[in-house]
Amino acid sequence: MDNTRENRIVFWLFLSPVLVAFLMVVIVPFIMGIFYSFTSWSSSARAGAGLEFIGLTNFTESLSDPSFLYSFLLTFIYTAVNVLVINIASFALALLVTSAIKGRNLYRIGFFLPNLIGGLILGYVWQFIFNNAIPGLGKIWEFLAPLANPDNLILADRNASILALVAVGTWQYAGYIMMIYVAALESVPVELHEAARIDGANGWHRLRNITIPMVAQAFTITLFLTLVNSFKQFDVNVSLTAGGPSTMFLGKPIFGTELLALDIYNTAFLANNLAQGQARAFLFFLVLVVISIIQVRTSKKREIEL
Amino acid sequence: MTERRKESLILEITSALLFVIFLLPFGIVIINSAKDAFSVTQNPMGMPEDWTQLFRNIANIWTSPNVQYQSSFLASVFITVASLMAITFFSSQAAWVLVRTKTKISSAIFIMFVAAMVIPFQIVMFPLLSWFRVVHQTIGIKLLRTFGGMILAYVGFGTSLSIFMYHGFIKSIPYELEEAANIDGASRIGTFYRIIYPILKPIHATVLVLNGIWIWNDYLLPLLVLGKGNRVMTIPLAVSNFAGAYVKQWDLILTSILMAMVPVIVFFLIAQKSIIKGMVQGSIK
Repeated sequence: MDNTRENRIVFWLFLSPVLVAFLMVVIVPFIMGIFYSFTSWSSSARAGAGLEFIGLTNFTESLSDPSFLYSFLLTFIYTAVNVLVINIASFALALLVTSAIKGRNLYRIGFFLPNLIGGLILGYVWQFIFNNAIPGLGKIWEFLAPLANPDNLILADRNASILALVAVGTWQYAGYIMMIYVAALESVPVELHEAARIDGANGWHRLRNITIPMVAQAFTITLFLTLVNSFKQFDVNVSLTAGGPSTMFLGKPIFGTELLALDIYNTAFLANNLAQGQARAFLFFLVLVVISIIQVRTSKKREIEL
Repeated sequence: MTERRKESLILEITSALLFVIFLLPFGIVIINSAKDAFSVTQNPMGMPEDWTQLFRNIANIWTSPNVQYQSSFLASVFITVASLMAITFFSSQAAWVLVRTKTKISSAIFIMFVAAMVIPFQIVMFPLLSWFRVVHQTIGIKLLRTFGGMILAYVGFGTSLSIFMYHGFIKSIPYELEEAANIDGASRIGTFYRIIYPILKPIHATVLVLNGIWIWNDYLLPLLVLGKGNRVMTIPLAVSNFAGAYVKQWDLILTSILMAMVPVIVFFLIAQKSIIKGMVQGSIK
């Protein structure tokens, strides 16, 4: 039996299904997408008719469009705040559910639960909470009456809406990140804590000098996981705020909570400017490439240190 | 000792409080699913006066032509299950040949799959639609607005991460195991399905959980491939179709959300140990 020939046949036989699917939905559209970002692609030029090469026009126009610049800036701010809040919350939750309290497992499940539901549906739930349930509290209790005032709606204010996005993102994601921290915390040897306790180290010292260094690797993982996911946020953005309320930026009225992914979608479909949406997606992609390169470098460096 | 007792009491109260806060939104969905249109806006934080309204609302959603709950649910189940079967089946066999074949082309293909993980959906989504249209026009295979196109898309987008995970696991399986089977006269294909595939069980679980949660909840891809107002809808599409409407019927929207959440939560509670383990494993890889 010709073993190498059999191997070669099996190699291509086993690879072909994923290769076909991958080429069809990732590689071909990806190459088309990069190409389209340099053209005048629009819904009328879909079939290839009237497709013109226009160089960097889509990029220069995007970079001089206040709404795109705003979305870029907003996405960076949102990502920074979100990463910070989610990681602090998740680490705190992880410390709670690994301490010697009763019902730890029940708490873990409870904190994890929002993660199972899609961002779209969660966004609608929270839209109801912010627009109806919280004002409803103002109707029940006298001292909360200002909440019932339509002027004080959280989603009617831009800054509060951004914080609302962070709050919902944290609520959705914290349980998952918590589980990663839990796995890391449970791998810290108990003897280490016992020894430190005997030596007179208090809780804070043990946290700073034992726990945090021991779970440092988990921090790298969760940091990049939350970073990339926050940067790509779309579903909650659509259903919770849909980009609103409006605000002014560089003298132009724009959507106040429109993150990059939503801006790309709206540019292509609402403004009917497919080519420019494509150029924006390309810039979006470049940022993700940079993040990934940093991530690979950091984890390599850490591996060497260990 | 009393100091530690006090400390743990504080921790217990904090946990319980946070637990209530985390689950409160679910509670708000439940109580408001049992109200009529008037009381849901008038008294969203109060208990429902008549719990039987819950069943009337459920019946309403069950038969609503906007939600098409039954067909949406079946479509979501079908798309998720078929995609997951295809992803685990095809990705594991691909990862296996990629690990066991030490050629330049093999490592180049693997690197391509891994590098593609950085590609965001936003850069491929518009060309994907026109490309699917071109495929339909030239070779007559209809991929837009079909289950086939949907499942193909999930296999294409899900395979990178899945191959990466299988690859890491298969590398740790000693090659002697396969050599022994070869000596016993098993074919290459037979070796994979009889010997390797069953060993992959723990990693199958991870791949199923990560892809399953993503596919079941995914909104944008079905929105683009299946389209709005199509005969075939998934659960997230159906909910947004209804909830995104201009006039907000919160009583029914929340009922439809409840009906979208309950199957997932029930499924999770049954399989929670392996789901959590699978997700944590997936992140560490």
